[in-house]
Amino acid sequence: MKTWTLTESDIDRIALGAGILGTGGGGNPYLGSLMTKAQLRLGRTIRMIRPADLDPGAQVLALGGIGAPTVGIEKMEEGDEGVRVLRAIEKFAGRPVDAVIADEIGGSNGLAPMITAAKLGLPVVDADGMGRAFPEVQMTTFFIHGQASQPAALADALGNVLIVTAATSPEMLETLMRAGTVAMGCTAHMSTAPMTGDFVRRYGVPHTVSQAWTLGDTVMAARAAKTDPVAAILRRAGGTSLLHGKVTDIARRIDTGFVRGNLTVTGLEDCAGRSLTIDIQNEYLVAREAGSILAMVPDLICICDSETGRPVTTEELRYGLRISVIAIPAPALLRSAKALRSVGPRAFGYDFDFVPLGVPTEAPPVAAYQEPEPAKTSTQRHVQSGGLS
Amino acid sequence: MTGLLRIGVDVGGTNTDAALLRGTEVLATVKTATTADVTGGVAAAIRAVLAAEGMTGTAVGAVMIGTTHFLNALVERRHLQRTGVLRLCGRATRALPPMIDWPDDLRGLIDGGAFLVDGGVNYDGAPIAPLGHKAIREACRTWRAAGIGAVAICSVFALVDARMEEDAAAIVAEELPGAAISLSHRIGRTGLLQRESAAILNASLHRIGQETVAAFRAAFAGLGLTCPLYLTQNDGTLMSADYAERFPVFTIASGPTNSMRGAAFLTGLSDAAVIDIGGTTTDIGVLVGGFPRSRSEGAVIAGVRTNFRVPDVFSFGLGGGSLVRLDGGLRIGPDSVGFHLPHKAICFGGDTLTATDIAVAAGLVTLGDPSRLKQLDAGMVRAALARMKADVEAVLDQMKPGPEPIPTVLVGGGSVLIDGLLDGTSQSLRPDHFGSANAIGAAIAQVSGEVDSVVSLEGRSREAALEGVVAEARRRAVEAGAAEATVTLAEIDETPLSYLPGNAIRITAKVVGELVA
Repeated sequence: MKTWTLTESDIDRIALGAGILGTGGGGNPYLGSLMTKAQLRLGRTIRMIRPADLDPGAQVLALGGIGAPTVGIEKMEEGDEGVRVLRAIEKFAGRPVDAVIADEIGGSNGLAPMITAAKLGLPVVDADGMGRAFPEVQMTTFFIHGQASQPAALADALGNVLIVTAATSPEMLETLMRAGTVAMGCTAHMSTAPMTGDFVRRYGVPHTVSQAWTLGDTVMAARAAKTDPVAAILRRAGGTSLLHGKVTDIARRIDTGFVRGNLTVTGLEDCAGRSLTIDIQNEYLVAREAGSILAMVPDLICICDSETGRPVTTEELRYGLRISVIAIPAPALLRSAKALRSVGPRAFGYDFDFVPLGVPTEAPPVAAYQEPEPAKTSTQRHVQSGGLS
Repeated sequence: MTGLLRIGVDVGGTNTDAALLRGTEVLATVKTATTADVTGGVAAAIRAVLAAEGMTGTAVGAVMIGTTHFLNALVERRHLQRTGVLRLCGRATRALPPMIDWPDDLRGLIDGGAFLVDGGVNYDGAPIAPLGHKAIREACRTWRAAGIGAVAICSVFALVDARMEEDAAAIVAEELPGAAISLSHRIGRTGLLQRESAAILNASLHRIGQETVAAFRAAFAGLGLTCPLYLTQNDGTLMSADYAERFPVFTIASGPTNSMRGAAFLTGLSDAAVIDIGGTTTDIGVLVGGFPRSRSEGAVIAGVRTNFRVPDVFSFGLGGGSLVRLDGGLRIGPDSVGFHLPHKAICFGGDTLTATDIAVAAGLVTLGDPSRLKQLDAGMVRAALARMKADVEAVLDQMKPGPEPIPTVLVGGGSVLIDGLLDGTSQSLRPDHFGSANAIGAAIAQVSGEVDSVVSLEGRSREAALEGVVAEARRRAVEAGAAEATVTLAEIDETPLSYLPGNAIRITAKVVGELVA
């Protein structure tokens, strides 16, 4: 089976790409990338596997962070939270976990399973349940397609673990998990119910870690060559340019725990004379021009700094920022009638139906996937050299 | 401080500027060369500005110095003190040990051993673990054996409850008498890793802080100055020399701030864009309520991420010494002849076409020998002026708070390059003494106190919480040298925290006051 062993520079690329796929939300991957790279420096390895290579009967566990971002940057992780979550689920389910996966590739959660994978020597599946970022736990292709609501688990930095053994709906599970998170000091590591390899092969959004890597690599290569990073993204990763211009108006407020607002971008250069407004609900949801909608959720509306290609989150928006707005087609799994009930415009309170922009193409796995080396000597040498730090 | 005779000094990379003020009247300004030891140039500038008015040092009531000396120490990796780090965190935060994102060489110079011990609180103030007294004493013994004389202490959510940092400091002071101790809650904002890094940087600069202040004091004695000495901080306000010894890191981004504060003073404008054009670079920033607008993201200092609030300034390579090239299309900068301008520019008898030559050829300023520029094509001169103006306008538009035209102040020696009203502005002012706005900004600086805190409103009113934060800010302003009666509230901001229960809010407050006379 081909695997992809991550290096520190791979982590930097994945973090940058995960930021772009965060569509303005999802949290900053910076601390997560530091934690993940620290694991590699200890001599541990992170192996990615393609979803198609999963054994149909394998147990796959989705891991991620939950809580208030302001708390997460102050009371950071201890490091073993994911391990405790995983062990608790294994004990409850009575069988071992074979691989881990992210629920949400966009933002900080895209890297979350990797620390646990490094510690336990488990592979990470190159797929996720969103192909982007969404604000709530149940907005995954896994829940949309019938993932069980239990068991689910939470662990904090101090050693507390909470298991939900029954929840009457995915929404009730979200409520219970939030309450548990508050009791744990507003930051915790979580997992939803284990899934089979067959289920993840069918309902996981494939190769989204590869997609994040490709986006990050494209931007870094363009920066190094001093060429236009946004044009490079469109060339290599697909998508549609909606507008490039500058932010001319921004209104934001906190409403029932979520950031809401809207943003106006005025076109520059070949886009001069045009103007775009974008609705924000934690993420960028709907882009309009002259009264007509150009792109809408679940299609990805990504905003990058025009000069550096750096993803621009909703908190960072301010007047005068030079940005490029691009739309990337949502994965086919998010565009089905069934999925749109959970993640389409109406699920976010809009009174219109989803109109797709562009044709989704499945992201290919990166070229770095290789058959494992036959001998174990190289791995051992890596452990020894890394063990010095 | 009406009538108080003050000297402001700004130490730049090339020039040291000094300004002598009585009350709000600028009596004299001078420019001297910056010296390698900093103190020599400062003394020369003060001597020159006093001589310009025929005054002696004894008449001076206060001296304010803006210097990038401590930043240079970090950038050049010199005179840094090895620092022990104490993180009060219990089991939390251990996935990211102290200094994990530092450049290896700087960490190698400063890291004196880090210990993660019991302590810290949650966002609501509930302890994560009781303070680990025994572990702290053990850490001190290790540092003592290694000869460590500086310690940074950082507790989880120290901005919610700072008592554990203070208790830990008392233990360290007992075990390591004379050690320089930096507490994170006095230095940075929410965001543990960045606040901790800022506290470590501060501790590592303690010795050079003491040495520099001592050198300034010695130089002052030689000049017959008997008045108090102040240093300017990142936000354009002052700290007393004693305070600067303890918080050297607060001077690190003071450079652009002084020019902007000087621009506000010289024009009387409190909300305006400031364009500071020097010999090599142009800095554009925005004044809000008389103070520079801060950047939303923290400053990266010598490769270390911190969360200091520093002025939101955009710098680019345009200045009086910028090279003007004509081969292959008109290009201006970003490289500059820098301090060689007085002999390299064509108008000064040199052979290099510079932005200053363009301004002289266009008649915007009279310098050197304008007849040497007669062969310049008038169309090219117009095009070069238009290009420089357009470059400034493009950055100005990014920095403006909104689409409405705003007043603009041009300062710095290179500001003569800009002619006429800039696009997007309601007026463009170039006040008297525009070349020394930085030194004047230092001279007129006030004293501030600032607090950033996360407060739970369970069991206390919002008003009581706000009052508590403002009272602490006032206490800090007075500690830094403000006259208590003059202290007023400059900024207060409350932010409800997303995903947090119990009405937790983050309150930041800043007060400013006049110097104690």
